[in-house]
Amino acid sequence: MTPHAWTLLALFLALLLALVGPLGRYIADVMEGKSPVLRFGGAVERVVYRTCGVRSETEMGWLSYALAVLLFNGLGALAVFGLQRLQQWLPLNPQAMANVSPDSAFNTAVSFVTNTNWQGYSGESTLSYLTQMLGLTVQNFLSAATGIVVVIALIRGFARHTARSIGNAWVDLTRVTLYVLLPLSVLFSLFLVSQGAIQNFEGYKAVTTLEVTKYDNPKVDATGQPVKDDKGNPVTDPASTQTQTLPMGPVASQEAIKMLGTNGGGFFNANSAHPYENPTPLANFVQMLSIFIIPGALCLAFGRMVGDARQGWAVLAAMTLMFVVMAVFAMHFEQQANPLLSHLGVDPAAGNMEGKETRFGIADSGLFATITTLASCGAVNAMHDSFMPLGGLVPLWNMMLGEVVFGGVGSGLYGMLVFAIMAVFVAGLMIGRTPEYLGKKIEAYEMKMVSIAILVTPLLALAGTAAAVRMADGIAGIANPGAHGFTEILYAFTSSANNNGSAFAGLSANTPFYNVATAIAMWFGRFGVIVPVLALAGSLAAKKRLAPTGGTMPTHGPLFIVLLIGTVLLVGALNYVPALALGPVVEHLMLFAAH
Amino acid sequence: MSQKKLALFDPVLVKPAILDSFRKLDPRVQWRNPVMFVVYVGSFLTTLLWFQSLEGKGEAPPVFILAISLWLWFTVLFANFAEALAEGRSKAQAASLRGLKRETWAKKLQDPGNIDQWQAIAATDLRKGDFVIVHTGEIIPADGEVVQGIASVDESAITGESAPVIRESGGDFSAVTGGTRVLSDWIVVRVTVNPGETFVDRMIAMVENAKRQKTPNEIALTILLVALTLVFLAVTVTLLPYSMFSVEVAKLGVPVSITVLIALLVCLIPTTIAGLLSAIGVAGMSRMMQANVIATSGRAVEAAGDVDILLLDKTGTITLGNRQASAFLPVEGVGEAELADAAQLASLADETPEGRSIVVLAKQKFNLRSRDIQALNASFVHFSAQTRMSGVDLGEREIRKGAADAIRRRVESLGGSFPPSLAHAVQEVARRGSTPLVVADGAKVLGIIELKDIVKGGIKERFSELRRMGIRTIMITGDNHLTAAAIAAEAGVDDFLAEATPEAKLALIRQHQAEGRLVAMTGDGTNDAPALAQADVAVAMNSGTQAAKEAGNMVDLDSNPTKLIEVVETGKQMLMTRGSLTTFSIANDVAKYFAIIPAAFVTTYPQLEALNIMHLASPSSAVLSAVIFNALIIILLIPLALKGVSYQPLGAAVLLRRNLLVYGLGGLIAPFIGIKLIDMGLAAAGLV
Repeated sequence: MTPHAWTLLALFLALLLALVGPLGRYIADVMEGKSPVLRFGGAVERVVYRTCGVRSETEMGWLSYALAVLLFNGLGALAVFGLQRLQQWLPLNPQAMANVSPDSAFNTAVSFVTNTNWQGYSGESTLSYLTQMLGLTVQNFLSAATGIVVVIALIRGFARHTARSIGNAWVDLTRVTLYVLLPLSVLFSLFLVSQGAIQNFEGYKAVTTLEVTKYDNPKVDATGQPVKDDKGNPVTDPASTQTQTLPMGPVASQEAIKMLGTNGGGFFNANSAHPYENPTPLANFVQMLSIFIIPGALCLAFGRMVGDARQGWAVLAAMTLMFVVMAVFAMHFEQQANPLLSHLGVDPAAGNMEGKETRFGIADSGLFATITTLASCGAVNAMHDSFMPLGGLVPLWNMMLGEVVFGGVGSGLYGMLVFAIMAVFVAGLMIGRTPEYLGKKIEAYEMKMVSIAILVTPLLALAGTAAAVRMADGIAGIANPGAHGFTEILYAFTSSANNNGSAFAGLSANTPFYNVATAIAMWFGRFGVIVPVLALAGSLAAKKRLAPTGGTMPTHGPLFIVLLIGTVLLVGALNYVPALALGPVVEHLMLFAAH
Repeated sequence: MSQKKLALFDPVLVKPAILDSFRKLDPRVQWRNPVMFVVYVGSFLTTLLWFQSLEGKGEAPPVFILAISLWLWFTVLFANFAEALAEGRSKAQAASLRGLKRETWAKKLQDPGNIDQWQAIAATDLRKGDFVIVHTGEIIPADGEVVQGIASVDESAITGESAPVIRESGGDFSAVTGGTRVLSDWIVVRVTVNPGETFVDRMIAMVENAKRQKTPNEIALTILLVALTLVFLAVTVTLLPYSMFSVEVAKLGVPVSITVLIALLVCLIPTTIAGLLSAIGVAGMSRMMQANVIATSGRAVEAAGDVDILLLDKTGTITLGNRQASAFLPVEGVGEAELADAAQLASLADETPEGRSIVVLAKQKFNLRSRDIQALNASFVHFSAQTRMSGVDLGEREIRKGAADAIRRRVESLGGSFPPSLAHAVQEVARRGSTPLVVADGAKVLGIIELKDIVKGGIKERFSELRRMGIRTIMITGDNHLTAAAIAAEAGVDDFLAEATPEAKLALIRQHQAEGRLVAMTGDGTNDAPALAQADVAVAMNSGTQAAKEAGNMVDLDSNPTKLIEVVETGKQMLMTRGSLTTFSIANDVAKYFAIIPAAFVTTYPQLEALNIMHLASPSSAVLSAVIFNALIIILLIPLALKGVSYQPLGAAVLLRRNLLVYGLGGLIAPFIGIKLIDMGLAAAGLV
């Protein structure tokens, strides 16, 4: 860790903690209908409700709430799928992009609806501006709103006392979008434009470069598959060029919500490594902040809504501590030299710069990688595939924690609260009381829902990986041999099941097999958790809220924070240690044993 | 109960338990415990794999598969043994209770007024509402209420207390239990239960049902354990394809064997807690029995662990039995002897200990003898909770004694006056913690009888213990505010309810429940019944009335009101033992990963040897050691499961920190040492 890295981390933390307080209060007030801004937007809200035939004063039970959320997202998936399949005939398509293949369109639709934003396609060569804006950007807002309303419903479950309803899904979705996501996105996109992010509808520009670029062009056979020599290495032809095509598009508007809504699906294939998406180190810094700001603020909104701010701070503290440790690991391992490159004469002091943008460097890339994988954002500003084995293990491990350390907007907090219930359950028993969290008794029904929510994602990730390594279609996508190839597949399924969406790269995932398999993992990884969480909200809301006494386990102190961290780490480790041992761990041991 | 205490591993219990462990291999029994069922299936699979390997087609050497298979069977048997041992203990308790149910004869009365005409019938033919007479040396045939007579009764068969107790008609000492023996005199008992519903029946049913019905909390925990088992099933099942793929790409070694995967699965799933879970529940009920408390369900015992507020009757609980009259304080112009005379007259028919103590004091001080009630032609006015006074009418004289405000109202309504000096004296007495009873003759107030209360020794310490557990104590008393405050301060309770009426008690409980607290209470009188029925945990005294016993969800056979503290501790212990063993079980997995993962894949990736941080002798020794540790730990923890994790009245945070250190951190470290020791043993013996 360099002094720059420490400073960066300290500055990031200071700004984050300063910003989440006010934003958390604001979100809580908006969702409780107490904020003064509701008066300004009231007219807009009423128009929306009237147009959609929503009875805004009626509250919903958990089942109606869950059905509304499922219907809303199901329709969203259909819309994104349709736009991609019809874009050829629709306006705003200056590059005359063809219709997207059915399997890729299906994968992308599910991916953006589930807030995963896994991208099997490459944006600049596949999608029209209309698809990017009306399909993807809109879903960036709506999937983020979905995550937030689900956690708000869960919080209401804790806060309410023998209640039968947990809110109105349509009103919640409208308010989150209107008062939280939209204003923040407008501000943020203006900032990005000021830094140099582009925003236009022009066709792609061809420019002449100052230097002649020489490169190796991989040979492909008639079917488009790369030709390989006897040793299995791809065959290439030397080539050179002095022209370059610069893609254009409405980038800044999509970029803002991509970060704020922890979506992470880039306008371009290079994602936040692309200078039009993430032009400067300052833009990079603010992008990092924008990923964590809503998940962090929601913790404090939680504390405010349950009437005890310390509860929110405790959850936030647990998240922050885990984040700091992971960030230090990532930056530390990337600062180490790759012995293979050191042998070729690269200065070991430079650390591992492979796959990183020079305008960001090691610290900004390592920190970004940690943030984007802890929060289920998945935007990347460096290639995780090129990280050191243990440096690459950090993003993978972060996702394996279940995307609960900050996590996706809303989904991170509801995931963390599910872990908190589990921690409190075992701890409550250990002090000899029927476990309770925030005055709600945790009984068989709650444990059932908690178990389902915790089980779903590891099952999907492990089973998906197992299927891929035993099927020809799965193995065909691997670019690197040995344990690294295994890691690539494990990463793909961990990323999709946990709705992160970052890619390890190296895996050719735009094939029918991966498009379908990862879409299944994404859909069930999202709604297989949301439904039990809403059921949990319903059953908690119906319970009495018990008063805390001297015998109640405090859930706001250091002990609870340690307990929560321990539970998250232990569950993650128990689920994934064997798989990790066969991937990055053995890779690391082999790399350093050989050199 | 009077049976002798059995040692933990008493041969009397161990032998049948071993037999039972094999009997429980029945799949229908195993199916009830999903986690152990997985081990059971794994044992079958490895046994089949062993048969296959005998033909030389096995995936590993037959000796290795056999060793794993045997230890998996041991794991199942050890868990069975723990359960059987706990059940054996409670069966022994039930058997000694059943001894009480031997065939007895009852002398059934046709007419309760005529005690000479009885008819001998079998006790089992008695029905609710029948009257029986029981003479010296006879066994009381059924639970009931004394309606006539007084007798000393030996209840040691039920309570274990050898000193005989007095049972008499009327008041709170009228209940008798079937199976106990009358030592002297005779009583007429009205039978209050039908056969099969007696206490002894309920106790036997409770002991025998303990294992069949899971408590709500046990169900919740089982769900968590099943979820963990499913996760580990997924982890181990997917390891096979991962391993096959790794062998293909590394072009080295062989895929992991099914035997090792089953071993890994069994080591990872929470067998320690799952194997001991039902033993913990059965042992908890057993401990309640040893404390002489009958709970109607395991649910009630669990709820006891959650109690926030404890309502205790002052009399008999906080203060020593009953108040004693200690002084006569006449008003100006009335002699002390005159007051004592009136007080004695008013108390002649008062059978309460207070009333008797007044008669005793009058005799001691002024040698006033007991008078013939018949000769006086007196009509007695009995105490009622509404009037809060009692007394006697002798022709024109109407002598009353009672609470100051009750007497005041009466005197003033009769046109008399309540002297200010008396009001002052009343307060003075109350401030001392004594109870003032005011005596009035018609409209004329005579003076005060001071009744002294003596707080039990050691009670203050128990209350501060409860406070450390996070439980608030509230004293309930019919005394006035001042008296109550003085005693409350002396006893160290957190709060008190003075001048309590049944309605006020009920309202207090409802109020605390509405605020989200769990309320426990003890009671014995009939007027406690509504409050007992409302409380979350209600312990009725066995000496109490039938109404109280029916309203409560526990009955204390010793009739010791502070027993509630032990009930709470037992409830907490049950939960703590479950929680601690769950934590221990899960924490164990870390070491098991370090033992088995390198061993399973070292043929494919020799570099993984670096993870063998315990330096276990060989891959097969590593796997075997982990499996052996996993089986032995169940046996080693049986004493803990049966006795329960020791409970200390500490705050929640302190308790959690301590148990996390012991069972969390301990659970993390212990298997590293245990597995290494077993591995060294196996290597030294040349077995691997």
